[in-house]
Amino acid sequence: MPDYSWPEAEQRTLIGKRISRVDSPAKVSGRAQYTYDYHGPNMLFGKVVRSPYAKAKIVSIDTTATEKLPGVKAVHIIQKPGSTVQWAGDEVVAVAAVDEATAEDAARAIKIQYRKMAHMVSDAEPPAGAGETPGPLSGDDVDDAIGNQMPDKQLIEALEQRGVSFKPEEDDLKEWKNEGASDDVINAIRKAPFHNVEGEQPHSYFQKAAVQTQGDPDKAMAEADVVSEGLYGASVIAHCCMEAHGSVTEWTDKDHVLTHISTQNVSGIAGQMAEPLEIPAANIRIHQDHMGGGFGSKFAADRWDITAARLSKKAGGRPVRIMLERDAELEVAGARPSAYARVKVGAKRDGTLTAWQSRSWGTGGPGGGGMPPIPYIFSIPNKRTEHTAIRTNIGPARAWRAPNHPQAAMITMGALDDLAAKLSMSPLDLWLKNLDITGPRKETYREELGIAADLMGWKEKWKARGQNTSEGIARGLGLSIHTWGGRGHTSDCDLIIHPDGSVEIKMGTQDIGTGTRTTIVIVAAETLGLPIEAINLYIGDTLYPPSGGSGGSTTPGGVSSSTRRAAVDARDALFAKVAPALNAQPSELECINGTVRVKGDPSRSLSWKQACSKLGAIPLTVRGKNPDKTKPPDLTNSGVGGVNMADVEVDMETGIVRVKKMVAVQDCGLIIDLKTAESSCYGAMTMGIGYALFEEKLFDPVTGRMLNPNMEFYRLAGLNDIPELVVHMMTGKGYDERGVIGLGEPPVISPGAAISNAVANAIGVRVPFLPITPDKVLAALSQIAKAGA
Amino acid sequence: MLGTKVVKAAGASVKIYGPGKVPVELIVDGQKHKLEIEPRVTLLDALRDELQITGAKRVCDRAECGACTVIIDGKAVYACAVLAIAVQGKQIATVESLMQGDKLHPIQQAFVENDASQCGFCTPGFVIALKAFLDKHPNASPEEVRRGLSGNVCRCGTYHGIQQAIAQLAQRGA
Repeated sequence: MPDYSWPEAEQRTLIGKRISRVDSPAKVSGRAQYTYDYHGPNMLFGKVVRSPYAKAKIVSIDTTATEKLPGVKAVHIIQKPGSTVQWAGDEVVAVAAVDEATAEDAARAIKIQYRKMAHMVSDAEPPAGAGETPGPLSGDDVDDAIGNQMPDKQLIEALEQRGVSFKPEEDDLKEWKNEGASDDVINAIRKAPFHNVEGEQPHSYFQKAAVQTQGDPDKAMAEADVVSEGLYGASVIAHCCMEAHGSVTEWTDKDHVLTHISTQNVSGIAGQMAEPLEIPAANIRIHQDHMGGGFGSKFAADRWDITAARLSKKAGGRPVRIMLERDAELEVAGARPSAYARVKVGAKRDGTLTAWQSRSWGTGGPGGGGMPPIPYIFSIPNKRTEHTAIRTNIGPARAWRAPNHPQAAMITMGALDDLAAKLSMSPLDLWLKNLDITGPRKETYREELGIAADLMGWKEKWKARGQNTSEGIARGLGLSIHTWGGRGHTSDCDLIIHPDGSVEIKMGTQDIGTGTRTTIVIVAAETLGLPIEAINLYIGDTLYPPSGGSGGSTTPGGVSSSTRRAAVDARDALFAKVAPALNAQPSELECINGTVRVKGDPSRSLSWKQACSKLGAIPLTVRGKNPDKTKPPDLTNSGVGGVNMADVEVDMETGIVRVKKMVAVQDCGLIIDLKTAESSCYGAMTMGIGYALFEEKLFDPVTGRMLNPNMEFYRLAGLNDIPELVVHMMTGKGYDERGVIGLGEPPVISPGAAISNAVANAIGVRVPFLPITPDKVLAALSQIAKAGA
Repeated sequence: MLGTKVVKAAGASVKIYGPGKVPVELIVDGQKHKLEIEPRVTLLDALRDELQITGAKRVCDRAECGACTVIIDGKAVYACAVLAIAVQGKQIATVESLMQGDKLHPIQQAFVENDASQCGFCTPGFVIALKAFLDKHPNASPEEVRRGLSGNVCRCGTYHGIQQAIAQLAQRGA
């Protein structure tokens, strides 16, 4: 059995070194081609007409004027009259025209009538008892039930038992009948008992999850020496990918589709397009060279992508581009769910955590959303958690780097930090005191906390809450720890060695800016003893073997494993062909520095090119796979630990927070490229500063629309917001032998919590929710002033 | 900016361009291009969709992010915020003009060495904005350069690498 294991530290020539990203030259020169840059032959420009209302029924759509406009090549109705739009910006009609200006005119000429319905965009704390009982049906509920063809029996039963919160109007009843409601249902609506809930939010907006209890939280809380109570949370934020979501699709003949799409999931898109387009997935080719950011929001063939394909078909197969405008990108193409909680946490005088109680809520759009994993990391022995999801018309949530973890970290680490302040302990001491309940990574956390404290100068800088203010500037420290899984996704890798010595790799993966290309070529070059430039890498196409979507930090594990197995097998197949020429057994050979030689005997060697000439006329092709139980060991792993520390300054007069220094210490198993690994941490801290201080999707309760769907008021962190950033990657014994683990999620989890804790340490009071904008800082400070007065 | 067609507006005769396509001539990276476009087409869209010069990226399309930066007569300009018809006869330099054959410009080289790009979509804008700034202020301090680049935004968070690149360029006196 060949040995697929990662090479030992002393044998590594490339793995773990600081190697420049291989696609950097293409990116810095403007030569890298993104989906947005693709300009197909005779390409048409698609535009989508979107709902201006957060919830409304489409009454009528008139496209007559549009269809007559010169240059308009296709019109497609996405949602027919009678459909209900559930968020502002929802797609209703699309057009394709010869240029963008014409497409804009065409979109503007479409007349759509809506009937506005009551919407809900607030994720404020649910009223007491909300969601515990379903409450009476609202007009919207009945509308949804009829629209979704709820069985008569079920709907009639609900009407009889729950009653209604509205007095049915004859017009509504007539419309419901037109929509297919039976006479029995109409009668049941007429007869349903009326419950007046005016002024209350309809109960159906709130979904309460089952209360989870462990141990005896009430007793433990009563017996705790110290109990700290507080409010914590993180708002809904956007992905705001620099390259908007979108695609260009063309029908290359009546049965075949070619789609250029900005995606994290090259190998998974065809399968999603096949059903709506009614052609086999095998007839759909997906292509993407470079990709301008996804962060978890680009796994799907979205409705606008399917729409581009439909417009193309109507236009005789001409390529149709739909790339979202910036407002749509921010309104509909991604939201990280919010999570807020009232937390009570109890501990012994020495800091030992004993009890946790939380009532949390949040929204992930129309689906509601789930509870973040709280208490996070610390398995507090006695706990009770309750969560209420709020269904809102803010557009659907999408995975955002480390789904649910940044929110869980904010809520948990914030609560523990407040507890530490109440105990007059440094949070560093409280964390260290409780490492025993952090699970399998506790020694990692211990080591990392020590390193981070040194890099931050924690011990020298630490002062108790609110004790470090001079000339109106308060300074503070905060910390947080985090974990993530990882493992490697499914990946197939074809590695081809040509008789002239050239090497190519084909894999249907994608590089979303994380350095996937670099990872693959380093592993192949290391295994074959070649420089990385010798590996010709082809990714981003369904013509190549499938590889998983880039999500959950599973890509490095997946692609490095399949590449390693392919390269080891290819190397051994080459050894078998070359051995006779070197008068040796295949097992005696090694490839190193561009040669194939007898181990330890440089005199019996062939250059790589000479060695490959022994392959004969046909190139050698090998398929490597992950996972592959027949080719052990498992080259990946799961479960990492990381620490973040933040040092901030707060201007007590203006409420402006500036981060002065941040430290990230991170474990991710065996690192393939130290340079891009560190970049992941620098980038994550930067994004963290953004969501900690600036980012929030703001919704107008009156119109139900996002107020800041642009890059001026949806503010990302800028160059001047970035302080000294220090990254320390855990490597060497105890880490390397774990195998390769991805790094996209973990380092982005803690920055928000660490910054929030640092602000609390600086100003002496908690600013409950992220982002910590100046108004919230001033509001928190005025609470202290009131309490003192 | 007066056109050739005369229309009545508010009781006066006004010369206008369009509606409809009009001839526009652009000088991009030293080359003349003749286009037929509507007067409302931005320089960015003209570059990308008409000339297929795509280094300048379309992100915010509202002069908020800097991804579309080009240099016009020596000045960094958001190509999404000027009309193509308004910059006829001016020297327009895109990021594509920086490489000499296969050789990267020192700014580009510094970006590569310091890993100042991740997804890379904002990168050409940063590179060309830095070029424009350093051409004007060759002895700027890193702090001044940071301020000079504050009109560009990155989502992946490559600012650390960009700062390292700036520091390296300052050291090498580029």
